[in-house]
Amino acid sequence: MSRQFMKGNDAIVVGALQAGCRAYYGYPITPASEIAHAASLHFPALGGTFIQAESEVAAINMVYGTAGMGIRTMTASSSPGFSLKQEGMSYLAGAELPCVVVNIQRGGPGLGNIAPEQADYFQVVKGGGHGNYRLITLAPNCAQEMCDLTSKAFDLADKWRNPACILADGFIGQMMEPVEVPEAKEIPFDHSDWCVRGDAETHKNLVSSIVLEPEDLEAHNFKLHKKYLEIQESEVLFEDYKTEDADLVVVAYGITSRVVYSTIDQARELGLKVGLLRPITLWPFPSEKLAELAADGTKKFLSVELSTGQMIEDVKLAVNGKCPVELYGRCGGVVPGGEELIQRYEEIMNGKPISDGGVR
Amino acid sequence: MDTTVKKDSPFIEITGELCKGCKLCIDVCPKGVIAISDQLNSSSYHPAYYVGADCTGCTLCFYACPEPAAIKVFKP
Amino acid sequence: MKTTTKATAFYNVFERKGGPHKETTHYCPGCGHGNVHKMIAEAMDDLGINDKTVFVSPVGCSVFGYYYFDCGNFQAAHGRAPAVATGIKRANPDSVVISYQGDGDLAAIGTAETLHAANRGENITVFFVNNAIYGMTGGQMAPTTLIEQKTATTPRGRVESEHGNPIKMAEIISTLPAATYVERVAIGNSKHIMKARKAIRKALKNQVENRGYSFVEILSVCPTGWKMDSPDARDWLTDQMIEAFPLGVYKDESSEREDGWYRDVKPFVPAELNKYFGVNAEADVAPVDLKKDLFCKFAGFGGQGILTMGLFLAQIGMRADHNVSWIPAYGPEMRGGTANCSVNVSNKRIGTPLVERPNVMVAMNLPSLEMFEKDVVDGGVILVDSGIVDKTPDTDRLDVVMIPATEIADEVGTPKVANVVMLGAMIAATDAYSLDFVSETLKVVVKKKNLIDMNLAALQRGYDFVKNGS
Ligand SMILES: Cc1ncc(C[n+]2csc(CCOP(=O)(O)OP(=O)(O)O)c2C)c(N)n1
Ligand code: SF4
Ligand code: SF4
Ligand code: SF4
Repeated sequence: MSRQFMKGNDAIVVGALQAGCRAYYGYPITPASEIAHAASLHFPALGGTFIQAESEVAAINMVYGTAGMGIRTMTASSSPGFSLKQEGMSYLAGAELPCVVVNIQRGGPGLGNIAPEQADYFQVVKGGGHGNYRLITLAPNCAQEMCDLTSKAFDLADKWRNPACILADGFIGQMMEPVEVPEAKEIPFDHSDWCVRGDAETHKNLVSSIVLEPEDLEAHNFKLHKKYLEIQESEVLFEDYKTEDADLVVVAYGITSRVVYSTIDQARELGLKVGLLRPITLWPFPSEKLAELAADGTKKFLSVELSTGQMIEDVKLAVNGKCPVELYGRCGGVVPGGEELIQRYEEIMNGKPISDGGVR
Repeated sequence: MDTTVKKDSPFIEITGELCKGCKLCIDVCPKGVIAISDQLNSSSYHPAYYVGADCTGCTLCFYACPEPAAIKVFKP
Repeated sequence: MKTTTKATAFYNVFERKGGPHKETTHYCPGCGHGNVHKMIAEAMDDLGINDKTVFVSPVGCSVFGYYYFDCGNFQAAHGRAPAVATGIKRANPDSVVISYQGDGDLAAIGTAETLHAANRGENITVFFVNNAIYGMTGGQMAPTTLIEQKTATTPRGRVESEHGNPIKMAEIISTLPAATYVERVAIGNSKHIMKARKAIRKALKNQVENRGYSFVEILSVCPTGWKMDSPDARDWLTDQMIEAFPLGVYKDESSEREDGWYRDVKPFVPAELNKYFGVNAEADVAPVDLKKDLFCKFAGFGGQGILTMGLFLAQIGMRADHNVSWIPAYGPEMRGGTANCSVNVSNKRIGTPLVERPNVMVAMNLPSLEMFEKDVVDGGVILVDSGIVDKTPDTDRLDVVMIPATEIADEVGTPKVANVVMLGAMIAATDAYSLDFVSETLKVVVKKKNLIDMNLAALQRGYDFVKNGS
C-alpha cells in the first residue's frame, strides 16, 4: 500500500480521483486553492477535465452539467465562494444530482480572513440555499480522512442521488500527514434511468428541478424528505473516545476535535472524566448517540467549535434538555489550546460559570 | 388526411385546434390565401384557415407560424 | 409530395406540458420563441443529431424548452446555461449541446458565464433570443431594451443617462478570439426567417464538426411584453430593433476550424489510477524505534527553509513508521515576519497538530525565539542560530544548543542549507533517529537530486557540531 505525505487539500483530490471523479470545476480561494492546484495537475494527466471557472457560481453550474450526465464531478471552495454556490446547490439537490462539494472554511462574515473557522455550519448543515433540501455533510479531521471521506462522499452522493459536502477548515486543509492512497475500483452505480448522456439510451431523460404544479412539487418535496429520513437512519458516522463513563462529553469536529482529542487523557490524569464525541457526519448528525449519552441525565455536554455557537444547536436538540449543554467557541482563526480547554472542563464540571461566557 | 395528400397542386393544412390566431401566417402569405375564422377553437382563439386555392407551397406561412404543428405545407 | 411539417426533433405530443393542450406550445400567440424552436428542430432533423443533442433550457419564457425537444434535456438556473452546457460538453464531447437563452438570462444575470464559455471556445452552440424585454417576469427592462422603449420598470422609457444602453452581445462576443462563428439574425419577416434558418443550421453543424463555439443572436418579439399584436410586433422588430442591433455575420472562422475544438476525455479506468498513484507500490518504510515523542516548533524568517526542515523531519518520522503531522503557521500566528511550523512525531495517534508546548524548538531569528521560548517545556531542547540571534535562552530551564547554522551552511556551499545543518544538530541533540537513517531518508525526500550531496554534508556538519563541538 502506498503511503504518501500530503496536505489535506491534496488528499481530497486523490480521494476524488480514486473514486472515479472525472471533472473538477473551481475558482481559486485561500485556504482551498491547493485543491485546484492538485486538480489542475492530476485531472488532465488522467484524461479528466479541469476548468478554472469564471466564478464559484459558474463552477457549481458546470458541476450541475457534468453531474446530470451521470459522471462523477466536484467543486471546492472556501466560505465566501461557498456562499456563492448556494443557488446551484439547491438546484442540484432539487434535481437530485450526485456530486461532491468541498468547503474549506475560513473566517467570516464577509471577507473575514483566511484563517480557519467553523462558522459555515449553519449554511452547510441547515441548508444555505433555498427550499427544503439537505446536504450529506462529512467532516474529516485528518489528511487520511480528507482522502477517504471524499471517496465515500461520492458513493453516498450516488447512492442517494444527492450532493454531498466535505466540510473542513483551513487547518485540516493545510496540514500534511501520511495518506494511504485507497485502491480505485469500478463504480457500482448505473444512472442510465435518469441521467442525460447525449446518447440514444438516455435521450428521453430530463435533468431539472422545476415542478410547476403545487401538488406535484409537494410530492417531490415529500419524496426528498423521505430520502432524507432514510439517510438519517442509515448513514450517521461518529467517533467515540471515552464517552461511556465520561461526566463531560465534549462534542467537536474538524481541527477542534483534534485539539479536544489531545486533552482527553490529560484531563483524565487530572481526575476529570472527559470524553470526545466527534461527529464524522454533521448531517446526518449523531443525535441518537448523543441522546443515548444524555438519557440518564447525569452527564454534561460541551460543544467546542470555531464559531459563536452553531453546532451547539444540534447538540442541544439531541440532548433535549436532559443535561446541561455548554459552548466554548473561538473565532477569526483562533484555535483553542489544550490547556485553555481543560480549564473550561474543570469549570463546567465544578459547576462554575465558564470563563468568558463560553465565547471569547 | 390521405385524401388531401393526393391533390396535385400545392396546398396547406391548418389544424384549427393548434392555432393561436396570431395572424402571422396571413401576414406573410404572398397569395393571400389564409384567413381568420369567425369560430373560436377550444382555446378561445379565432384560428386561421386555408381559403382553398392558389397556394404555391412556398412554406413562408409554415416558418412564420410559431406553433410547431399548426400548419402543414404540401407540395406535389 | 414534399411535406413541410413538424420536425421529428419535436416530441409528437408534448407530454411534459400536461393539461389539455399537449400539441401546442405554452408561448403567447405570436411569440418568437416558437419560431426559433421550429428552426432549431428543423436543423436537428437535417443533421440527424436528435439522439446526441442535449438541450439546455434557461430561466425565462423558454424555461420549458424540454417540453418540446425530443433529445436529452437539462433545465438550468437563471443565466447559468453556458456553464451547465460546459459541464455537459466536457463530460461527453460527442454530444451536441445547445444553450438556449433569453436576453435577461444571457446578457444580464449570466453575462459572465456567456463571455467565458465563448472565451474558452467551448464547442457548444448558443442561441440567444433577444426580445428586448423580460418576458417571463412581466415585461421589465432587459439589458437589450431599446432607448425610449417603455417597460414595466422603465415606465418613462429607457434613458441612456439612467439605464445605460442596449447591450450588443454579438459585437462583444465577436471580439473574443476563441469564438468561431457569431451572427445576428432576426425573425421580423420571411426574408429574415430564411436567413435565420441557415444561421441556426450552420451553428449546429459547426459543433457537429467540432469547429468550436457558435453564437447566433436572434432578434425576436414579445408581443405580450411589448403590448402589441403579433404582426405589429414583427414590424416593430423590423423597423426599430434592427436599427439598434444591425444584422449580419460578426465573425466566421468556421471554415478554418474543422475538428479543431474537440476536447477528448477518457473514462474512469481504475487500473490506470492505481498505477498513477502507485497504489500497489511497495512502501518505503524502515521501522526504527522512537525513544520519545517529538513536539516541535521550528521558527525563523520566511526563506530560511524552516517549513522544509519541518517537512524533512515529518518524512523521516513517516519512513520510520511513526505517526507524524506537519502544519505551517497559518492565520494569526503568521504575523511578525516569522515563518513557523509545528511538527509532531509520535508513537501514539496524534491529537492536535498544533504544537502548544514544544519539547524541541528551533529559532532561526530573534522574534521567533522571543515569541516561542516561553512555550517550550522544562527540559526541552532549544536550538538557536547563534550567528543570527545574539541572545541565549534560559539555560537553567532548557537544554540549549547555540549553533551558527547559517555560517556553517555557507561553508558547506550555500546559506540555503542552514535548515539542514539545524536538522542535523536537532537529530544529534535529541537522539531521535540515527544519522544514517536520516541521511538515507534525505536521499529519498530531497527533490533536487543534484543538491543531495550538499544536503548530506550540511546534515553531517550540524550533527558533528552538537556531538563533537565542531
Ligand atoms: C436568480 C433568479 N433571479 C430572478 C429570477 C426571475 N426571472 C425569471 S425569468 C427572468 C427574466 C427572463 O427574461 P429573458 O431572459 O429575457 O427571457 P424571456 O422571458 O424574455 O424569454 C427573471 C428575472 C429567477 N428565476 N432566478
Ligand atoms: S405555402 Fe405560401 S402560398 Fe401557400 S399558404 Fe403558405 S404562404 Fe401562402
Ligand atoms: S401563424 Fe400559426 S398560430 Fe398564427 S394564426 Fe397562423 S396558423 Fe395560427
Ligand atoms: S411573454 Fe413574451 S416572450 Fe414570453 S411567451 Fe409571451 S410573448 Fe413570448
